[in-house]
Amino acid sequence: MDVPVIEVKDLKTYFRTARGIARAVDGVSFSIPKGGTFALVGESGCGKSLTALSIIQLVPEPAGFHAGGEIFLNGREITKLPEREKRELRGNKISMIFQEPMTSLNPVFTVGYQTVETIRLHQKKSAPEAKAAALEMFAKVGLPEPEALFDEYPHRLSGGMRQRVMIAMALACRPDLLIADEPTTALDVTIQDQIIRLIKDLKDSMRMAVLLITHNLALVYRNAENVCVMYAGKVAEMSPTEELFRNPMHPYTVKLLRSIPGYEKRGLMLDTIPGSVPPATGYPAGCRFSGRCPREMEGCASIEPELVERAPGHLVSCHLHDPEFMSKPYSKPLKHEPDKLPPVPGPIAEKTPLLDVRNLKTYYPVRKGLLKRVRGYVKAVDGIDLTIAKGMTLALVGESGCGKTTAGKSIIRLIRPDDGEIVFKGTDIFGLSERALKPMRSKAQIIFQDPYSSLNPRLMVRDTIEEGLKTLKPGMGRPARLERIAQVLERVGLTPEMMYRYPHEFSGGQRQRIGIARALAVDPEFIVCDEAVSALDVSVQAQILNLLKSIQRDTGISYLFITHDLAVVEYIADEVAVMYMGHIVERGNTEAIFSNPTHDYTKKLLNAIPKLPPGMTWKLPGKH
Amino acid sequence: MPVIFTSDLVVYLLFAGAFYFMWAVRKDGILREAWKDVKKRRLAMACLAILSVYSLLALADSIRWRDAVRDDKGRVVRSPGGTYIYSAEALSVLDRSLSKIRLEGEKTYSAPLATRLYTKESMELPDGRVVRDYPGLKHPGTHFLGTDKVGNDVFYTALKGIRTGIIIGAGATIVIIPFAILFGVVAGYYGGVVDDIVQYLYTTLASIPAVLLIVAFMLLFGSKGYQGGLIQERDVFLGTLVPNDRLFWLCLILGVTSWTDLCRLIRGETLKLRELEYVQAGRAFGLSRPGIIYRHIVPNLMHLVLITFVLQFSGLVLTEAILSYISIGVGPQMFSWGNMINTARLELSMEPVVWWNLLASFIFMFGLVLPANIFGDAVRDALDPRLRLR
Repeated sequence: MDVPVIEVKDLKTYFRTARGIARAVDGVSFSIPKGGTFALVGESGCGKSLTALSIIQLVPEPAGFHAGGEIFLNGREITKLPEREKRELRGNKISMIFQEPMTSLNPVFTVGYQTVETIRLHQKKSAPEAKAAALEMFAKVGLPEPEALFDEYPHRLSGGMRQRVMIAMALACRPDLLIADEPTTALDVTIQDQIIRLIKDLKDSMRMAVLLITHNLALVYRNAENVCVMYAGKVAEMSPTEELFRNPMHPYTVKLLRSIPGYEKRGLMLDTIPGSVPPATGYPAGCRFSGRCPREMEGCASIEPELVERAPGHLVSCHLHDPEFMSKPYSKPLKHEPDKLPPVPGPIAEKTPLLDVRNLKTYYPVRKGLLKRVRGYVKAVDGIDLTIAKGMTLALVGESGCGKTTAGKSIIRLIRPDDGEIVFKGTDIFGLSERALKPMRSKAQIIFQDPYSSLNPRLMVRDTIEEGLKTLKPGMGRPARLERIAQVLERVGLTPEMMYRYPHEFSGGQRQRIGIARALAVDPEFIVCDEAVSALDVSVQAQILNLLKSIQRDTGISYLFITHDLAVVEYIADEVAVMYMGHIVERGNTEAIFSNPTHDYTKKLLNAIPKLPPGMTWKLPGKH
Repeated sequence: MPVIFTSDLVVYLLFAGAFYFMWAVRKDGILREAWKDVKKRRLAMACLAILSVYSLLALADSIRWRDAVRDDKGRVVRSPGGTYIYSAEALSVLDRSLSKIRLEGEKTYSAPLATRLYTKESMELPDGRVVRDYPGLKHPGTHFLGTDKVGNDVFYTALKGIRTGIIIGAGATIVIIPFAILFGVVAGYYGGVVDDIVQYLYTTLASIPAVLLIVAFMLLFGSKGYQGGLIQERDVFLGTLVPNDRLFWLCLILGVTSWTDLCRLIRGETLKLRELEYVQAGRAFGLSRPGIIYRHIVPNLMHLVLITFVLQFSGLVLTEAILSYISIGVGPQMFSWGNMINTARLELSMEPVVWWNLLASFIFMFGLVLPANIFGDAVRDALDPRLRLR
């Protein structure tokens, strides 16, 4: 058998922090053969990106350090090499592409210059030779007109093109290993698909190994031969991809798979994992998933499971698959969650019209020259029609820059639209003054994408939620307001005492709940969810989606769900409107659009999303 | 009879501000955590201690009163109208507690820790012979930093310079902050024409050489008022207030010429904050624009303001020295490090060199500016949200 391109043995990368040693990567082993793709999956904070940085020897020093283990590149140990030799490996034998194509290219140099620089750093080539090599790479990654692009600056290229340039740079020296850290997360769906295909094609033609890091499980299913699920710095489960998806053994993997939204799960609650990943400074003594595991046993919290092969090629670190452990008295089950997921409770609302948008237009003026005269308009929203009934969810989907966020904000008049009608509960609010809008403000609210920037860091949760009550319900006294705040906090799954805390004391998911509580406090009938779950990990996303759904059933609220994530749309939306370049190109109920798209753009969009094959269901392990 | 200069108000304000901040830190959870972070840094805390000593000295030098004039027998002299007559000298708490080194002057230069004067004199010995030698000091052991040309204690002069330094540093910054916040936030948040006007204003101001503006301004306002030294009756209002104070005008003009940097910073930050989602959430609640500015924008700018305060402070202390050196700063009779350096210019060209005036002002200035910078850095590190773990 060939020597694997990369072999990681018991890798440990720790960090010194104020709270002690953080065991970010804590004993990870795997290997990737030539031409193989290996995927590392897991939620944020599980150590997958740091594993990658450890391999390329770029752990941020001096806080982080190599605490043990070995890494073999083509059979040669590389962790103990002097820095000079490590530098020669980076970009030459091991290359890495990052998530954010905006920031990983230097904006002050042309893309051609940057690529040539990389080539000449590692290979003895003259300037013209290097340029020729760069142009060849540009052509290979599918950049149109490489010659013309060569002298362009990064900001002149689109996100997808930039990512192609990044790949060209990474592959220019024909590395043995390519590390792709969330290579498509920041890109639009249609471009994601192209980039993933490109990586795959290049891998085959150049015979390199790929380490793919992602949180998108469907992407893994389509593209990797082997997959490793990481949890809290350790490998929870590792197996050939098909086997892992057919027969997941670790409860964490099962939970993750079941929390992915999708069409088959409509009307059902998504599976969620209670609690959050333990901090790397204080892992539980036993199994790291203990405390959150739906099938926890008495011994789990104190005895650490080992990673053992339980099926051909399928390694799992869980006591449930250990016959010896199961025969011991401490295998008494503590928890036993049912396998079947409950339906979303509550009745479905009747369809009475709530919002009717007709021919809405929002233009942004383009100003140029010394006097900043208006020289034209960007037609962000160019005449769209929408209707939303009470208790329904309309999803507005489209790529970044298609105008969907502008449309959402124009509808609730956060942005002033230029033309059209917005009939909300029988009144046209298009031309109303800010004062006249006030009654409508409490009926139409918004939830934002980024749980970090959506809360004022200097206000206590109480003040944040109280703000809306103060302006929109001036008749309410202070005790009544506090009661209302406690009530909405409980509704979103937080406790009333939390109102006296500041945003930084909460996790991302909790912050998103606070954002929802803020909107709910004023009793709205309509909420614009602007990418409200896009920045969240899949299990947290599932919690928030469950929450939004059950609130809808309780209160008959309507949502305008603005998103680019079609899996979420499939799961939550009753109707879909597809937006492209300021226009709505297709509209209809979700089922019809997903099964039978008519517009070319919709087809392209639907084809591009990586999907798990239908009919996959997963059961939690354990027989008891 | 107490005497209050307009510039004293700066010191009082500074202390009021410090107390307000202490109160705010106790109340605000985020500030409290930042403060805990600062407290952990020993160097920063040492610097804070030094700064506190400096400010207390400045405070001691800003509380002063004039004594009634007494005759040789110690009786109070009254005017024909029966009112007291006050001395032209308003002595501060600091002056009074240092009366020993203040009053026990020498004849002329004496080096630090010397027992004799620095210049030779002809002296008549008891036997009638005249020798030329260094005479002994009248008060040996009193002036450990030496004395200046007219025999005044250098340590005392340098100590008196603290008040001037702190007033310039703090006063100008106090002028800067409201200007910068108001214009910066308004320009950033409202945008459009308002933004254009503010931008034109500060680009214009920034393109005029600051020294030119200061000279013009000081000639216009600063030359008629109190210049330091003895108080003249025409300067005093109601016997206690000295409204026209050159030092105060200097603070004002320094503030006016240097608010543009902070304003630019705040405008940029506001542009960023304006687009943040919590600001939009506020708008979705129908909050008015001043309401949003007050609740969501300004509190999130305060770290910038605090950092600028501490860093500008040290810059301005140095500016004062430069301005006084080219004699458009404080009045020549005012105690200030700039004036000390100005005098030292001539002394350094003498032979033998008189070096201690320069050294003393250097040490005192250094002792204020370095801790201010280090402390400012620590405050910034603690407050900057980008450096904090989210």
